[in-house]
Amino acid sequence: MIIATSLTKQFGPFMALKGIDLNIRPGEFVTIVGPNGAGKTTLLRILATLSRPTGGRVSIAGHDLPKGADDARRHIGLLSHQPLLYGDLTAEENLRFFGRLYNVSNLEKRILDLLDEVDLLHRRADRARTFSRGMQQRLAIARALMHDPDVVLLDEPFTGLDPDASDRLEELLRGLNNGSRTVVMTIHDLDRGWAMCNRALVIARGKIVFEASTQEVDQATFRSEYHRVTR
Amino acid sequence: MTYFKSVWTIVRKDIITELRSREMLFSMGAFAVLVILLFSFAFDLRVAKAGTVAPGALWSVIAFAGMLGLGRSLAAEIDRGSFDALLLAPIDRSAIFLGKAVGIIIFMSIIEAVILPLFVIFFNLPFLQPQIILVILLGTIGYGGIGTLFSTMAANTRLREVLLPVLLLPIAIPALLAAVKCTAGALDGRPFDDWASWFGLLVAFDLTMLGAAFLLYDFVVED
Repeated sequence: MIIATSLTKQFGPFMALKGIDLNIRPGEFVTIVGPNGAGKTTLLRILATLSRPTGGRVSIAGHDLPKGADDARRHIGLLSHQPLLYGDLTAEENLRFFGRLYNVSNLEKRILDLLDEVDLLHRRADRARTFSRGMQQRLAIARALMHDPDVVLLDEPFTGLDPDASDRLEELLRGLNNGSRTVVMTIHDLDRGWAMCNRALVIARGKIVFEASTQEVDQATFRSEYHRVTR
Repeated sequence: MTYFKSVWTIVRKDIITELRSREMLFSMGAFAVLVILLFSFAFDLRVAKAGTVAPGALWSVIAFAGMLGLGRSLAAEIDRGSFDALLLAPIDRSAIFLGKAVGIIIFMSIIEAVILPLFVIFFNLPFLQPQIILVILLGTIGYGGIGTLFSTMAANTRLREVLLPVLLLPIAIPALLAAVKCTAGALDGRPFDDWASWFGLLVAFDLTMLGAAFLLYDFVVED
């Protein structure tokens, strides 16, 4: 579903990614962890088609980037630590706006279904700016799923959430990986990241320095390896 | 058809959010009215014939009020991250450019509809005539179009407030100059042939700059 080969990204003299190779299969939930400045967000922005790689190849759902970026975008949903919503539009209007851009069929039904799924149906006529941070993130999930994407990219989605809102969000995000949907998440919380994924990657200094499947390695080993490779 | 539907969706969203927040219209409007008052008092003391400076004053107000709107329009999108959500949509990025440009042109036109009668009142000159309205419309389209491109570039930088005028004003000089000359020509009641070359320059600026901005927008928005 997601293939990257020798991916590099340079900002002026700074090399943010130094040759990333990825092969993420359909239905996988992959967590990417690493220290600040390791290149996690840069990698996710390239996979989301928001940033152009300096070198290497990327393919999303069979579409090579950047040439097939428009087609690839139909398969991608992004949830960031910012909700990417319009505060002066209501929950319903936000979803309607993005639904129209994605040319979603049965739009009104889809909006109501998604609002129900994220438990915001009762607040559908309220402006997004009146929502708590947790509610905004739930609405952002609905926005990211509006076009029923095959690939969902999560860029530190728990940032700024209180424990209750984080637990609620985790429950919703676990539901994303319904067997066919591929999920890639960057996160700082090692335990939560490990608990949610099938496979975890550690990025440090622009490279993948460790990779483990949750079926092969236990959480304690992953944690100790993380500290060893990022030291 | 889908292309223009996407453009309209973005324009509609910008209009709804602006009508609810009124941030852009209020700042542009307040600035424009204050500058008109300032100009009217200053010129009353120093200038013998208001008609010689009024076209320049009009376009100074339009240019700087427009710059306020341009700065806010894109900076707000980028600060709250919603611009990334727009870029994620599977639409041609030129549709995003057109949507944002049409939005700012509408907001500038609303401000112009307010300031033109004020210019009539304070300068006692016949600004409300079809030729001048056409010139203002063409000037606004060119300025708003190229301004949308530059405000997108500037909004991604830390020096956005400084960078936007530094980038936009030198490029917009031909359009502003042509618009001032056309406005003066119409205001003085001179025949169209006298200022037709300036009018041609204004139309050529609109076509060239809008075409360039339309083609370049994809490169501007990608990092």
